[in-house]
Amino acid sequence: MSDNPGFTPNEMMTIAASRALRNDDVCFVGIGAPSAACNVARLTHAPDITLIYESGTIGTAPDVLPLSIGDGELCETAVTTVAVPEMFRYWLQGGRISIGFLGAAQLDKFGNINTTVIGDYVHPKTRLPGGGGAPEIATSSKEIYITMAQSKRGMVEKIDFFTSFGHGEGGDHRKRLGIDTAGPTLLITDLAIWKPDPLTKEFTVVSLHPGVTRQQVQESCGWIVKFAEALDETPAPSELELNTLRDLQARTKAAHEGTGKAKAA
Amino acid sequence: MVKFLPLKQAVAENLNDGDSVAFEGFTHLIPTAAAHEAIRQGFRDLTLIRMTPDLIYDQMIGMGMAKRLIFSYVGNPGVGLLRRARDSIENGFPRTIEVEEHSHAGMANAYEAGAAGLPCAVFRGYRGAGLAAVNPNIKSVTCPFTGEVLAAVPSIRPDVTFIHAQKADKKGNVLVEGIIGIQKEAVLAAKRAVVTVEEVVDNFDDLHPNLTVLPRWTIAAISVVPGGSHPSYAHGYYARDNAAYLEWDEIAADREKFQAWMQANVIEKSADDFAGRVDHLRKAA
Repeated sequence: MSDNPGFTPNEMMTIAASRALRNDDVCFVGIGAPSAACNVARLTHAPDITLIYESGTIGTAPDVLPLSIGDGELCETAVTTVAVPEMFRYWLQGGRISIGFLGAAQLDKFGNINTTVIGDYVHPKTRLPGGGGAPEIATSSKEIYITMAQSKRGMVEKIDFFTSFGHGEGGDHRKRLGIDTAGPTLLITDLAIWKPDPLTKEFTVVSLHPGVTRQQVQESCGWIVKFAEALDETPAPSELELNTLRDLQARTKAAHEGTGKAKAA
Repeated sequence: MVKFLPLKQAVAENLNDGDSVAFEGFTHLIPTAAAHEAIRQGFRDLTLIRMTPDLIYDQMIGMGMAKRLIFSYVGNPGVGLLRRARDSIENGFPRTIEVEEHSHAGMANAYEAGAAGLPCAVFRGYRGAGLAAVNPNIKSVTCPFTGEVLAAVPSIRPDVTFIHAQKADKKGNVLVEGIIGIQKEAVLAAKRAVVTVEEVVDNFDDLHPNLTVLPRWTIAAISVVPGGSHPSYAHGYYARDNAAYLEWDEIAADREKFQAWMQANVIEKSADDFAGRVDHLRKAA
């Protein structure tokens, strides 16, 4: 990567992820990187996107990024707020979600995600928070986008636990389990954009972010990386995209550190 | 019929050693004051039920009160891990704990089934997910009409549910608004329900007719505890103390630091201390 491209790899990741979202999407938003990407999309090219957080807030438009999935701002700016059982039964299970946007602690090349344990389930080395809404988001949303920063610890050949199902062993594994949604169709990391191979469903790099080399992608990934024959370069963030993201993050930082007082100021 | 009681008495009359208990609140309206009162009274061998066992269950587990945890997300929302719960699951400290883990959809459906008086919940879930292999309470049923294989989990029927709400009227009807989470289902699924509220008002005559109101005859006891949800929040009253959630990560990381914090902030305090904790979080409006 060049010495001073004017943006960080994480900023590139968030902005590349935001571009994948459309104005008419109904997006079930995971906290962290997905939340930032979804709100940048809303504040730039997709002002009418419907953002849904699992706390029951539908069509929310927060001024700062929520720390949790249930911050008050999500409810205050939402079109409506429903009870949690209704969220999962009518809106997710009912097939109303076009994009489920997830992060991951551990990810394999078929888009299977682990956020449950590192090590054995009964005697874990590290007990992670677990799936929350993810197991059903992964199978009931029409498509799944995943975003995470690359690392050998995070992107592994074999995940320790199947918290949420991607393409399983690849190929038609979803279909064999009777799952009729598309599953993971896009992976955006801090280095590249990946899409599943149409047949094997293995994530394949289709676009490198500006200045990133194939070697860098491979060095920070735990499986042997496949690259598309026609490899694109991700367009660098525009000034509008960068300013939108940085303003959002500055507002967020001030609000969370200072709690309610700073928010009112 | 509902009784207005001081929190100390409401907890003592409704919670027992060995009970299955839900302190519910989905990020919003978490019944922290009630949980702290339960900690002060030193209950043992509880089965703790909650979708998102955040700080209050980390505290109860760290104090050795829980023998079993039924949950769907054992994290500090937006911050990371729950370090006392981890210590218990990973190292058996201060005691070993049984875990029954679900997804949010599984828990939400199970509470709803409990409120509906059903023995189990049926939904489209856990497909391809590892939890079905490690939790014997996740089973499947075949739809008798279409043949579709669906997930089934037992309904949740706690001995007692604690929730925090915005307000009660003088008769003891309770209003919950904002992110209403799973509170209504958790109350209606339980044998007994205890509610802490921000305030009591004369009546609910001016309310919108479709708001979430729990009629007084669904509740065993109400305690007035302003600020009783801190560091969570009460929509319309005070904001979430996000800084406190960030601080908890450090406090809970160390066994001794945790004990010292619990002694100073829970054991030696009372329900009356909550109002002062939210002063700086109350909105100007």
